[in-house]
Amino acid sequence: MRTHPSECVVHDIDRDRLIRELGAVLPAHAILFEPEDTRPYECDGLSAYRRLPWLVVLPDSVAQVCEVMRICAAHGVPLVPRGAGTGLSGGALPLENGVLLSLARLNRILAIDPLARTARVEPGVRNLAISEAAAAHGLYYAPDPSSQIACSIGGNVAENAGGVHCLKYGLTVHNVLKLTVLTIDGTVIEIGGDGFDAPGYDLLALTTGSEGLLGVVIEVTVRLLPLPETARLLLASFASITDAAAAVGAVIAAGIIPAGLEMMDRLAIRAAEDFVHAGYPLDCAAILLCELDGARADVDEQFARLTEIFRAERATELRIARDDAERLRFWQGRKSAFPAVGRLAPDYYCMDGTIPRHRLGHVLDRIAALSDEYGLPVANVFHAGDGNLHPLILYDANKPGELARTEEFGARILEYSVEVGGTITGEHGVGVEKIDQMCAQFTPEELAQFHAVKAAFDPRGLLNPGKAVPTLPRCAEFGAVHVHRGQVPHGASAHPGIERF
Amino acid sequence: MSDADRTRDLAARVAAACAARAPLLLRGGGSKMFHGRDIAGTPLDMSDHRGILHYEPAELVLTARAGTPLREIEAALAAHGQMLGFEPPCFGGPATLGGAIASGLAGPRRPYAGAPRDFVLGVRIVNGRGEVLRFGGEVIKNVAGFDVSRLMAGALGTLGVLLDVSLRVVPRPQTEVTLRRDCTVAEANTILAELGRQPSPISASCHDGAVLTLRLSGGPAAVAATRRALGGTPVADGASFWNALRDHALPFFLQAGTLWRLSLPPRAAALDLPGQWLIEWGGALRWLDSAAEGATIRAAAAAAGGHATLFRGGDRGGEVFHPLAPAVLTLHQRLKQAFDPAGILNPGRMYAEL
Ligand SMILES: Cc1cc2nc3c(=O)[nH]c(=O)nc-3n(C[C@H](O)[C@H](O)[C@H](O)COP(=O)(O)OP(=O)(O)OC[C@H]3O[C@@H](n4cnc5c(N)ncnc54)[C@H](O)[C@@H]3O)c2cc1C
Repeated sequence: MRTHPSECVVHDIDRDRLIRELGAVLPAHAILFEPEDTRPYECDGLSAYRRLPWLVVLPDSVAQVCEVMRICAAHGVPLVPRGAGTGLSGGALPLENGVLLSLARLNRILAIDPLARTARVEPGVRNLAISEAAAAHGLYYAPDPSSQIACSIGGNVAENAGGVHCLKYGLTVHNVLKLTVLTIDGTVIEIGGDGFDAPGYDLLALTTGSEGLLGVVIEVTVRLLPLPETARLLLASFASITDAAAAVGAVIAAGIIPAGLEMMDRLAIRAAEDFVHAGYPLDCAAILLCELDGARADVDEQFARLTEIFRAERATELRIARDDAERLRFWQGRKSAFPAVGRLAPDYYCMDGTIPRHRLGHVLDRIAALSDEYGLPVANVFHAGDGNLHPLILYDANKPGELARTEEFGARILEYSVEVGGTITGEHGVGVEKIDQMCAQFTPEELAQFHAVKAAFDPRGLLNPGKAVPTLPRCAEFGAVHVHRGQVPHGASAHPGIERF
Repeated sequence: MSDADRTRDLAARVAAACAARAPLLLRGGGSKMFHGRDIAGTPLDMSDHRGILHYEPAELVLTARAGTPLREIEAALAAHGQMLGFEPPCFGGPATLGGAIASGLAGPRRPYAGAPRDFVLGVRIVNGRGEVLRFGGEVIKNVAGFDVSRLMAGALGTLGVLLDVSLRVVPRPQTEVTLRRDCTVAEANTILAELGRQPSPISASCHDGAVLTLRLSGGPAAVAATRRALGGTPVADGASFWNALRDHALPFFLQAGTLWRLSLPPRAAALDLPGQWLIEWGGALRWLDSAAEGATIRAAAAAAGGHATLFRGGDRGGEVFHPLAPAVLTLHQRLKQAFDPAGILNPGRMYAEL
């Protein structure tokens, strides 16, 4: 992780004075500045990148958030919003001279309207808590990131999070109806509405996935869905990744949109099995988890077709979850796969490229070849139906040079994703992690357009600087790293403030 | 007309207009020229920038140039048992893909399938400086950079000239039936609320004051079960009815004087406004043929938690879309400035200030 001087927001307010001013609007326990208190906030889910925050604030009301933003804006102090800190791209990485604004204490479910099928919640509410509260009405919130027990809905909006059920039910952007957003100049704006559209530009789409750069989300209204009458899960094993990848395409081509269609390779299967004993077969190269939901009779009919397709695509074994308990156990294995793989090595690095589905087999082969080349094992567990890959590179940060090799390996996977017509990030966001690859995916004019959008909301660039969209000077200096792979430009090591983990 | 890539010419014309600060009036097939405010400008014709660039049925993705006729796209999709999920209206004219996305308008399937913005995966545009830019792509999930692609949907060409659009497409439902029964608005609401409580195959609704028409789409079993539960009479040529509704070819629309489009929370109570109503989207889209004052209609829509658009007729030089809150309007102005600093792309088509 390297910062570029063009991303630094300079201000001269002294921290003690800021603490005093914030103390007038926040209780003392809501302001953290001693290293032992701020340490837990030094990173998000991407723990390879750490920075001790200058100051952390933990407001517990919208009014307090407004006050904090007003004070910071008045002094030109940059702010980094943070939800639950499960992000995997360093989006909530703190600044050396900025305030980390935690929204975690804004965690009230404000209203559930069972007839309109909506939930209005504060940003710090956990994703799963919404579905749990809605269950009493036979409803649920569809996007279900694997981190759903921990991640916040505000963080989901900021990342446009996906999950295993997004193939059929859409991403966060398809399931959010309304947002209340606080902009850096202190205005509260309502975006979207309680109907199916709102007048003017689609600011709802623009703010979703904006990684905390455009405004702070302080309230979210989501759409709830009725729980399906039935859900059935089929676990198919394959003797090769290529067969499994072909089966994914065959299912979609048959006009079936499964509620979830996930793939795990040998290493991921083994890790998950050891970790949660999901009951996965161990003698195969890959498994697909395919769930169908809906009306019982239709699910049964589609299930029969699905079984035929998998047979035709050379599945070596088919297991049908016998009951809900087994179905949930099969999912449990998938949803715990990251931490499970994490037990195999001191560290792992999770990638997030998306590729056209028909290139799956091809790209997975390529990743395997790169894995040999770098001598670093890779486990694959991912949203196959969406073509959203999550190669997990296993490494040991304590071995000199291994993180750098891992990052380079990761960068090559991402560049390859772009090369085959995909993108560097499907759902985890750019954050600080993929900021240099943005230079490869977008032209300077496109990046300038992003900056113009940013300036429309935040002309002084105080919200989450140095994230998501690289400055043009950064691209000029660092963006070349991955083009001339391996050759770190001389500027990089000479530059002060540059940390290389 | 044959397929052609007019990117260079279009970009050059925008750049020249930018330099001269001379407004352009973007035009696809012209089927929605009535939509929005009346404005002047040199026409920028998109209809010869056309052709399907890429269609991969197994990927559920299609990319086409903005001037491609919707009919051509729909035919290509139908040949593979697929369709556009948002059922775009073409109002009987030669509608193009670009116009369908820029207008952001969706047909009867909207509440159950989504709007154009929900299906847009990527765009190539010319911004107001004449620069050709690409955002998003052809993959379902993509969070690299701000979501400029979806921002273009419904922006009425005021932020950029759409060159190509990539869309997620959907399989056609296995079965589709249309049912009709006489009932009051209140009864219709009860039926719709009941249907919404469980997962149901409903894919369109229309109530004209006396008759409720419903469409069910999906697997044969679910459709049959819901159909039995609902009762009502099957309509032989359901598709023509929904197309006529989508394209405003029903008598209600043909006879309308001043037509208002009210987009409301689906369960909003009936509004006390004079005129004729036609209600779609499970109550969320209400068409009103009324001579009442615009201010009265807007106030009623806003009080119910929604917004009102002067869809056809009335003063097309005045406010057509629902006024924005001042802070939101300021943000709109800054965004317009960010994409089109010279203010040459359909200036005033959406709001006088944009
Ligand atoms: C084990 C594991 C599995 C995961 N699986 C998935 C998955 O399946 N799908 C997926 O999409 N992601 C997944 N993630 C990534 C992560 O959980 C999501 O990105 C999630 O949306 C982040 O939410 P958070 O509350 O933790 O946000 P944080 O990490 O705290 O913040 C993320 C970003 O959002 C911004 N932000 C947070 N709150 C606000 C707010 N209120 N207003 C404005 N900006 C804000 C931050 O500045 C930052 O840029 C996974 C992570 C882990 C650790």
